[in-house]
Amino acid sequence: MFRKPKRKIYFLIFVLPTLAAFLIGFVYPFFNGIYLSFCKFRTTSDAVFIGFGNYVKAFQNEGFLHSFWFTVLFVIVSVVLINLIAFFVAYALTLGIRGSNVFRTVFFVPNLVGGIILGYIWQYIFNGILQYYGTNLALNANFGFWGLIILMCWQQAGYMMIIYIAGFQSVPHDLYEAAKIDGAGKRQLLTNVTLPMMMPSITICTFLTLTNSFKLFDQNLALTGGAPGVVSQATGTTVYQTEMMALNIYNTFYANQNSRGVGQAEGVIFFVIVVIIALVQLYFTRRKEVQQ
Amino acid sequence: MAKVAAKAKEKPVKKKQTVGMKILTVLFSIVSIFYVAPVFIVLMNSFKSNAAISRAIFEFPNADSFQGFQSYMTGMFHGNYPFWKSIVWSFFITIGGVVLILFCTSMCAWYLQRSNSIVCKIIYYFCIFSMVVPFQMVMFTLSKTADNLKLTTPWGILIIYLGFGAGLAVFMFSGFVKSIPVEIEEAADVDGAGPLRTFFGIVLPIMKPTFISVAILETMWIWNDYLLPYLILDMDYKTIPIHIQYLNGSYGHTDTSAIMALIVLSIVPIIIFYFACQKYIIEGVVSGAVKG
Repeated sequence: MFRKPKRKIYFLIFVLPTLAAFLIGFVYPFFNGIYLSFCKFRTTSDAVFIGFGNYVKAFQNEGFLHSFWFTVLFVIVSVVLINLIAFFVAYALTLGIRGSNVFRTVFFVPNLVGGIILGYIWQYIFNGILQYYGTNLALNANFGFWGLIILMCWQQAGYMMIIYIAGFQSVPHDLYEAAKIDGAGKRQLLTNVTLPMMMPSITICTFLTLTNSFKLFDQNLALTGGAPGVVSQATGTTVYQTEMMALNIYNTFYANQNSRGVGQAEGVIFFVIVVIIALVQLYFTRRKEVQQ
Repeated sequence: MAKVAAKAKEKPVKKKQTVGMKILTVLFSIVSIFYVAPVFIVLMNSFKSNAAISRAIFEFPNADSFQGFQSYMTGMFHGNYPFWKSIVWSFFITIGGVVLILFCTSMCAWYLQRSNSIVCKIIYYFCIFSMVVPFQMVMFTLSKTADNLKLTTPWGILIIYLGFGAGLAVFMFSGFVKSIPVEIEEAADVDGAGPLRTFFGIVLPIMKPTFISVAILETMWIWNDYLLPYLILDMDYKTIPIHIQYLNGSYGHTDTSAIMALIVLSIVPIIIFYFACQKYIIEGVVSGAVKG
């Protein structure tokens, strides 16, 4: 297609605009970020190389460790709940019950609303309810945790439902016919035909919810903003009880100019964890492809 | 994927409603009411006075607390940064960003796929890699880079969106280009059409479904994005999520009623968007999930 003599011109026309923006918007910040995680700095120009110091500090940072375990717990609970709900709802909606289209719309639309706005909507609702008990979201970490879970189920279940519905609809009908002729009951149809055929959708949805929950930022910021903060007795630093990793990194960066290097190191650690999740996903997707 | 889409398009066969299915319809109706309740409560409160909101958020407006569209007027047109400006900037950045991404990345993806050079392969794999990297990892260096290059205006941020959003778009377009037979393009080449004419006359029309999917996914992302524009844009420019967060985050007097009115106003375009392109949104979500 692209013959030699004019090749360079076409490269400039077709690729260069995207490539230039990509270098500015991703490649340079990415490598600069990795470099800065080994430096002490306030702005990018006064960086001094200090080796692994930031990483050591990051792993000693109580707030960071707390946010890590908080995130892990949140991810486990939310992934299980969202997928169970979405799977069940999708199954029910493909049975052909009356009003399926209306329900599908109602469950899906929260997805299109931004995390900040959703966070505040739910903050009003939760605080309105908790008001009757003389408390509010910012006082108890448990409220913040379950509030965030409810919010995420409310938002994400509809999205996953759409993917599951597409999965259910792609199961070939003759498989059911064949199984019925062989005398399979309803239950056997579900466990031996539907579930195996649904595995690709289940893998996709599991990893989508996993990465979404893990990288959660907007909802966390808007709903609780990390509150309540508890002053740790050992080190005297304030540990925000409902702060997830993304928010913790953000706060480490912008709340205190002296800890920017630590914030950048935490960002790199965060990135490494996300890459590991992605690689595990790739492994599962590939394995599935071999089987089929 | 084409198979799934085809199945989804089939009219659902009207099934006889069994007792179980009727129960499900009733159950889902009740759940749906709870599902829309949060948004409804915010809508209801946007017509009430602040005192009434903090007293009882779940009460319907009455003669005492009802204040009509007053909150909408204050929110939209008063204050040192009226909300209508944020709406204009949100629309500008979303539409501009999506158009730029579609135009540049489709060209880029086609060239990358059709040219076998090593440089192109490297760019392609870097694009895929960029999808994995969480924003917190690059946020600081990216905002500094944007500062240095004076990209902190609504025009400049379009370039950042092109760079940071290139990954997903290039990936999805490339996936589609792979499925287009090269022979079509070679035929055009033999007939004397240059690469530019081949692309705009032949490849672009074929890519229409992917264009729509990418457009939907990028719109949902940019419209709701909070942290990236917040870190990059000058203080003179706000988008809707930044504005909502700004109103809530400011200490002291917060006008809850006005915020609720603005939340309602920011949800309205999303609902219009959903009903206008419902079919495409569902397809975009499914194809984005399967490929991503």
